[in-house]
Amino acid sequence: MEYVFWAVALASLFLLPGQHLILTEIAWLGLFALSLDLILGYAGIISLGHAAFFGLGAYVAALAAKHGIIAEPVLALIASGIAAALLGFATSFLVLRGSDLTRLMVTLGVALIMREIANQIPDLTGGADGLQGVRIGPILGVFEFDIFGHVGYAYCLAVLFALFLLARRIVHSPFGLSLRAVKANPLRGSSVGIPVNARLVAIYTLAAGYAGVAGALLAQTTAFASLEVFSFERSADLLLVLILGGLGYLYGGLIGALIFKFLQDWLANLTPQYWQFWIGAVFVLIVLLGRERMGSWIRRALPRPKGV
Amino acid sequence: MLTILFDGIAYGMLLFVLACGLSVTLGLMNFVNLAHGAFAMAGGYITLILVNRMGVPFFAALALAFLASALIGALLERTLYVHVYGRSPLDQVLFTIGLVFMAVAGTDYFMGAQQVFIQIPSSLQGRFEVLGVGIGRYRLFIIVLCGILTIVLQLILMQTRFGSRLRASVDDARVARGLGINVNAVFALTFAFGSGLAGLGGALGAELLGLDPTFPLKYMVYFLIVVTVGGTSTMTGPFLASLLIGIADIFGKYYVPRFGAFVIYTVMIVLLLVRPQGLFARATR
Repeated sequence: MEYVFWAVALASLFLLPGQHLILTEIAWLGLFALSLDLILGYAGIISLGHAAFFGLGAYVAALAAKHGIIAEPVLALIASGIAAALLGFATSFLVLRGSDLTRLMVTLGVALIMREIANQIPDLTGGADGLQGVRIGPILGVFEFDIFGHVGYAYCLAVLFALFLLARRIVHSPFGLSLRAVKANPLRGSSVGIPVNARLVAIYTLAAGYAGVAGALLAQTTAFASLEVFSFERSADLLLVLILGGLGYLYGGLIGALIFKFLQDWLANLTPQYWQFWIGAVFVLIVLLGRERMGSWIRRALPRPKGV
Repeated sequence: MLTILFDGIAYGMLLFVLACGLSVTLGLMNFVNLAHGAFAMAGGYITLILVNRMGVPFFAALALAFLASALIGALLERTLYVHVYGRSPLDQVLFTIGLVFMAVAGTDYFMGAQQVFIQIPSSLQGRFEVLGVGIGRYRLFIIVLCGILTIVLQLILMQTRFGSRLRASVDDARVARGLGINVNAVFALTFAFGSGLAGLGGALGAELLGLDPTFPLKYMVYFLIVVTVGGTSTMTGPFLASLLIGIADIFGKYYVPRFGAFVIYTVMIVLLLVRPQGLFARATR
């Protein structure tokens, strides 16, 4: 069943050339949601500020391209991922202690700080207007980005696939299983000898790196980065994306991204200015209906990957 | 510098009035209501309509804003919030974020996206000097009014039967129920009252904080900081936390404008690292 998913994704590359721009957005949004799934779905850490890592990755990639520090996009991508992972590592200690509310506060605070930092150095970041004049070099020196988004989509899809495979290996490994134990009951987990804090730090760092890569993909496919990459709305919408698809089985982020983008597109066509009202209504409805119920519908339609 | 201190105190007291409803709600039902700022915004805009468009006197409009926000709070509580009480924090966060988005977009739709200004009466405009310290009349009014409110709240909490029921319910809801206290009714009343206070704070704060449809999102962090730092089991905790944050924010923005906004976030993170349960909460929680 999984092969079908990726076969369809690959087919879309060749069969739906007109949709590549929105599919590119779905691709990096899916990766971003995947990164949140790693911490929320597998480790149980609530984050309202995941955009902090996304934004850092976006800015690193955009700045690397703009100032010619790293002209080749794949290298810049790796650099963005590393930068975001470092930030994740540095802030991971904040989410170890305290209740869910504390984690909410702290992650929110980190994202707000990042936004404020970016706001305070407009010479570097372009401030509220965003980073202008970013030119992305050709991928691997050969594939030039085109305005129709074909190369961009192939690029994002390839990155998404590679990172997805890696994530899949990780969550099905003993490490991944220990994470689920920690999520279910940290106390019991530590009593069986799982180093709870070390695991949480590790997955948080990894998830931050993934989010940074997603941000870099955004920056590279749109050749733009602005303060809005750190915004609270981004983190909040990301929660919705993941909830729409379902937590804890990796595909949730990708499916959620698909649903969310189509929903957003449809709503924006209906009411270009006030679509956020309806997104809010979707939030409310989903909670009232029950996430688990929705998730189980999707999960029944898409059989579990082997080995779960 | 004393003027800045004065401004900081005014800001802090306003923050307290805005956030204390959230604090009690969180302590009482463990409910994370990120939409609390929406009630403040409602109060602000209601006052705007009453004062600017209908010519209602400012002070009367404040009282009406309180009542209206309390009513809206009670209504929403009975119809929407009641469905998500027992849910996980993630569900509550999602739910209330959804409400905020709806409130922000709805307000934008009906009132426009620009910042609005409430006409404050001339008796509250201007400033005067006392011993070389510049005292703004409006800020003095805020300090006095919020001070009175704080004392009244503390009296209600400590001297009335409702107050003792509330304290019992916050302390241990299960035991309170076992003693025959209708915790749900206590909560509904408290929620309404807290929303009313938020509305009043929003109306008062339009002059100080600025009122536009994004108000709930902008100030959500501040309310959450007050609640997290001040703890939820007392009223003095959030009060002191609000003052601390108000003063720190104003001082920060005045003396180090580049980093003024960071002061608050850094303070919060440091405090949460050191004491995850809040600065003033009891250690046993």
